This record gives sequence, C-alpha cells and structure tokens, in this order.
Amino acid sequence: MSSTPAAMAGASAPALPGPDRRQPKKKAVWRRRRLVLLMMSPWILGFTTFFAYPLVMNVYLSLTHYDLINPPRWIGFANYQYAFTNDPNLWPAIKNTLWIIAVGVPLQVLFAFGIAMMLTRAKAGVGFFRTVFYLPALVPPVAATLGFVYIFNPGIGPVNTILGHLGITGPLWFNDPAWAKPSLVLLSLWGIGTFMIVFLASILDVPKHLYESAELDGAGPFQRMRWVTLPNISPVILFSVVLGVIYGLQYFTQAFVAASIAAGNASQAGAASSLELGYPQGSTLFYPVLLYYHGFKYFNMGYASALAILLLIVSFAITFVIVRNSRRWVHYGGAIR
Amino acid sequence: MSESVAAPAPIVRRQAPAAVRRKRLLIAVADHSILIGIAICFLAPIVFIALTSLMTDQQALTPKMWPSPFHWRNFVEVFEQAPLWRWILNTLMYAGLATLGVLVSGIPVAYALSKLRWRGRDAVFLVVLVTLMLPPQVTVVPLYVMWAKLGHAIGFEFVGSLWPLIIPAWLGDAFTIFLLRQFFLTIPDEYLDAARVDGCSEFRILTTVVMRLAKPAIVAVALFSVLYTFNDFFLPLLYTGENSSNWPVSVGLSQYRNLHQVQWNLTMAATLVVMAPVIILFFLAQKAFVEGVTLTGVKG
Repeated sequence: MSSTPAAMAGASAPALPGPDRRQPKKKAVWRRRRLVLLMMSPWILGFTTFFAYPLVMNVYLSLTHYDLINPPRWIGFANYQYAFTNDPNLWPAIKNTLWIIAVGVPLQVLFAFGIAMMLTRAKAGVGFFRTVFYLPALVPPVAATLGFVYIFNPGIGPVNTILGHLGITGPLWFNDPAWAKPSLVLLSLWGIGTFMIVFLASILDVPKHLYESAELDGAGPFQRMRWVTLPNISPVILFSVVLGVIYGLQYFTQAFVAASIAAGNASQAGAASSLELGYPQGSTLFYPVLLYYHGFKYFNMGYASALAILLLIVSFAITFVIVRNSRRWVHYGGAIR
Repeated sequence: MSESVAAPAPIVRRQAPAAVRRKRLLIAVADHSILIGIAICFLAPIVFIALTSLMTDQQALTPKMWPSPFHWRNFVEVFEQAPLWRWILNTLMYAGLATLGVLVSGIPVAYALSKLRWRGRDAVFLVVLVTLMLPPQVTVVPLYVMWAKLGHAIGFEFVGSLWPLIIPAWLGDAFTIFLLRQFFLTIPDEYLDAARVDGCSEFRILTTVVMRLAKPAIVAVALFSVLYTFNDFFLPLLYTGENSSNWPVSVGLSQYRNLHQVQWNLTMAATLVVMAPVIILFFLAQKAFVEGVTLTGVKG
C-alpha cells in the first residue's frame, strides 16, 4: 500500500504563501473530489437504491401488515411476537438451518482440505484430479440437484441399485426426513471444488524452508501438517468457514429444488403443486425457504420482512463471533494484510 | 589417478534406506488410490446423468444403468417439449447485460477504491464488504415491493421480467468491486505515477494502464458474472416465477419435471443440456477460472 505522491501533490504539499498559489490548489482539490465522486457514482446510486433504502424499508415493513394490495397497516411488534410464540415453522426452520451449517460447513472444509493435502503430495495426475474435483463446483445448482435427486432415487436411482448389489438396503435419501439433510450435505460435498482450489493454492504458498526446519527438528508428517501447514493457511480456512456460514444462512436453491422434485416424485399421480413446506415432513424447511413462502407465496410481506430482520441480526452476529474468536487460532504471519 | 581427482565428483544423492522407500511408496499408492476413488465418485453423477439421458422413458423407470438401445432422440425431444431455446435466450440476455453492467460500473469504483486516495475510502470499502456478506434475503422484500410499485407507476411490468436483476448490475456489484479492487492494489503505483507525470488524466490511466494490466482479473470477473447469472435461481424465481415466457434456464429446468411427470430420461437430458455450456466454458477458460478463484481466496 504505497502512496501516490504525484497525484496527491496538490493536497499534501506544504501550503505556500501567496494567494496565487492557493487558488489553483483549491481548484485541484475540488477537481479531485469531483473525480472521486464521479467514479464512485454507480456504487453510490446502487447502494442507496438497492441496499440502504430497502434496508430501512424492511425495518418499517416488519412492523406492518402488508399484502402488496392494500396499503401497509401498522401493527407494531406483532410480527415478531407471532414469529417467536405462534409460528409452528420458525423453530424447525432455524434448527434445520443451524444443522446444515454445523454439519455441512465443517465437513466441506475438512473434505476440501483433505483433498488439497493429498493433491500436494500426489506425484502423478495432479492436473487431472484438480479438474475432476473442481468441475462439479461449476455445475449449475439446479442441474446438480436434479441429478442428485435422480441418482439417489430410492427405487430406480443408481446409488441404491449399486448398494443393493453390495447387499445393503439403501435409505430413501431425499424422501426420508432423517436422510434428506444428509443427502443435501452430500450434494454440497460434491461441489467442494472452489474451496479445494483455494486451499491447494495456499498450501503450495507455504514457504518450503519451514517444512525443512520442522523436519530437522524431528517433526513427522502429521506434526508438520499440524504445526506448519495449518497455521500458515489458517486465514484461508477462516475465510472459507465464514463463506460457508454465509452460504448456509442463505441456503435455498438446492433445498427448494430437491424438495419440490422429490415431492413430485413421491406423488407421481398428478399435480405435485400441493407443495409441502420442506418436503419430506419439514426436514428441508430452511430459513430462506420459509421466508420465500411467507413473502412470495402467501404475500405476507410484513411478516417476511420481520423474518428478514431476524436473519440480518443473526448473520451479523455469527460473522462477528467467528471473526472475533478467530484471533485465537488464525495466524497472520509477519506480512501485513 | 590424477585425472579422476581433477574431474569434479558427481553429487550422488544418497538413496533412502529400503524401509523408508517402501513406506513412501505405500503412502503414495494409498494417496493415489484414495484420490482415484474420490475422482470416480465425483465423475459418477455426471456419467449417470449422461447415461440416463440416453435411455427410453420406459427404461429410465427401471434400475438398469446402461441404456439399451441408445435413444439419441431425447436431445431433440427436450427442445421440442419445452421452450428450452426461449429459456436459453433469456439467460443469455440476463448474463450478457448483467456482465457488461458489473464491468462498466464496477471498474471505476474499484479504481477509486484502490488507486485514488480520499478521506473515508476505507470506510466505504468496509460498507462494500458488508453488502457482500449479507444474504440477499435481507433486502428482497422491499425491493420486490419497489419494483412492483415502480412498474405500476410507469406502466411496465418489472415483476415478471428479468430487469429487476439486470438494472442493479449496472449500478455497482459488490463482488466485482471487491475482486477488482484486490487486483488493482497489486498494480504498482509507479506505472500510474509515470502516466500522471506525462499528463494523463485519471480516466485515461484507468482505461489504458490499469485495465490493460488487470486483464486477467477483468476476465475472471466476467467469467464469474456469467456463471453467477447462469446459476442464479432465487431472485429469477422470485421475479419471473409466474411468467414462464421470461424464465431463465435455471428456473425453467427446476419446473421441467413438473411439466413432464416421470420422464426422468428427458429431465436428465435437459439437465445435461444445461450443464454443457458451463463445462465447455470451463475447458475453454480453465486458467482464468483457477486464477480467479485463487484471487478471491488467497488475497482476500
């Protein structure tokens, strides 16, 4: 982060006496401000229209009853009260979301780290493996989910067929309330490529001499990983944990598509549009799914806004806690970041 | 005798003891077999999808895994049975306009946030990061209301179209700004200063010096944007859910099975058609992808 001396000469040069000198300087400062403002203008416009304004509106709407047709009616904290005392779906939705974060994120990070470690040690075919592990991360989530629901289809899907050949009776996967979330975790593990690439790059960035000196001190492979690799890449691990948690909080596409496809699959007879919240039996009802139904299927805009405010608070809190606690275990080398 | 002394003795690396070598070999074999195992698991879904997409609809309902006969017509039927072309066209419009928008609006903002010095710059960057971290669900309800009302006021149905997703892209996308700023920071200021000394305006510095040096980052951002719009589901579902003629591929595909009950073969063929462009794009631009991912992760 070096400075830009020439550009700032106008602003930072010591003030010289004489009015002739000051006038152009002032002008330059203004020109400079105008330039910054001009360059920042798309963001300023976008931020106020598509972020600040809706955020404020959200707070207001959450205190009203609003169905998009009649004007919003002020009802105070009734939405929040309903959420915490009466809504039968809120706690299941929160629990499911916490589950997918608490189980999914550590597994994703561990899995990606494990693959990356093995790839750094691999002698042959690194490029091939890297491509194979990264590719599924690019598959559009809707397509990936459709594929998985078919592959894990209890009756005709290849997974249970193969398990059957091995003498194992496979579970009902996306159609079983106990297995639906684990199935979604499997789907997320399939798309681990992005984390894997990031880990791989940062592991390869660890200075070689650290390993050598550790080896001289008699550290085995496991100890080298624990005391050299891990501390050196801990900022990247933190980054992926935070990212995983943020994704977990907005987990929608896979859950929504899997539920609607698997539900349609179960009731093959006809119109599957009698949508059940979080099929099967509410096990894939995640918080964003609940919000979607309230806001855009039932058009309880006020209540959906209240749910959004709660999500905002929780997102802030979780991100804050993770970043705060991370100081204990994240090691930022000597470099300034 | 004297000759052999004069010749420099070649450095022979001492071979590791047999036990150590055997251990190393075993570890390598174990590593590679695990990697091969995982690679098979990672490829299997795509293979199964491809195989099923070639089955007859009768066969797709049986546990048999190998198509017999190969029913290539599925890929024709997919386009006949659903307005797949229309969805693809919608997605192309969304991806093209949004990607152009994030670049045009994001590049100057990223420049101002990295290469110009002004009071409050770091605070603004922090705000950009916060908008990046918060879930879209947090602002989605008032935005929907806003578009609905605006559409009512000027007599254009924004809700039901993809415009509520395209227009914000032209007003500074947080991810683009973040990524480009990180890259712009790595460009040495000396280049810029040299141009400034030559009397170059900041805009010309941006369009000539910086954009030329930041080409890989700009390509990566464009790729990510195309990929993001291609995969985007929540917001398109929200805005175009009721208007099937404006569905992008992602929404159309998710509804495909509701349109065609039980026909797993056609559904998988459609899935494959949707996957194909991304996979092709990846092989065409593999390096840019990997560089881009590394840029977001490591430098973040």
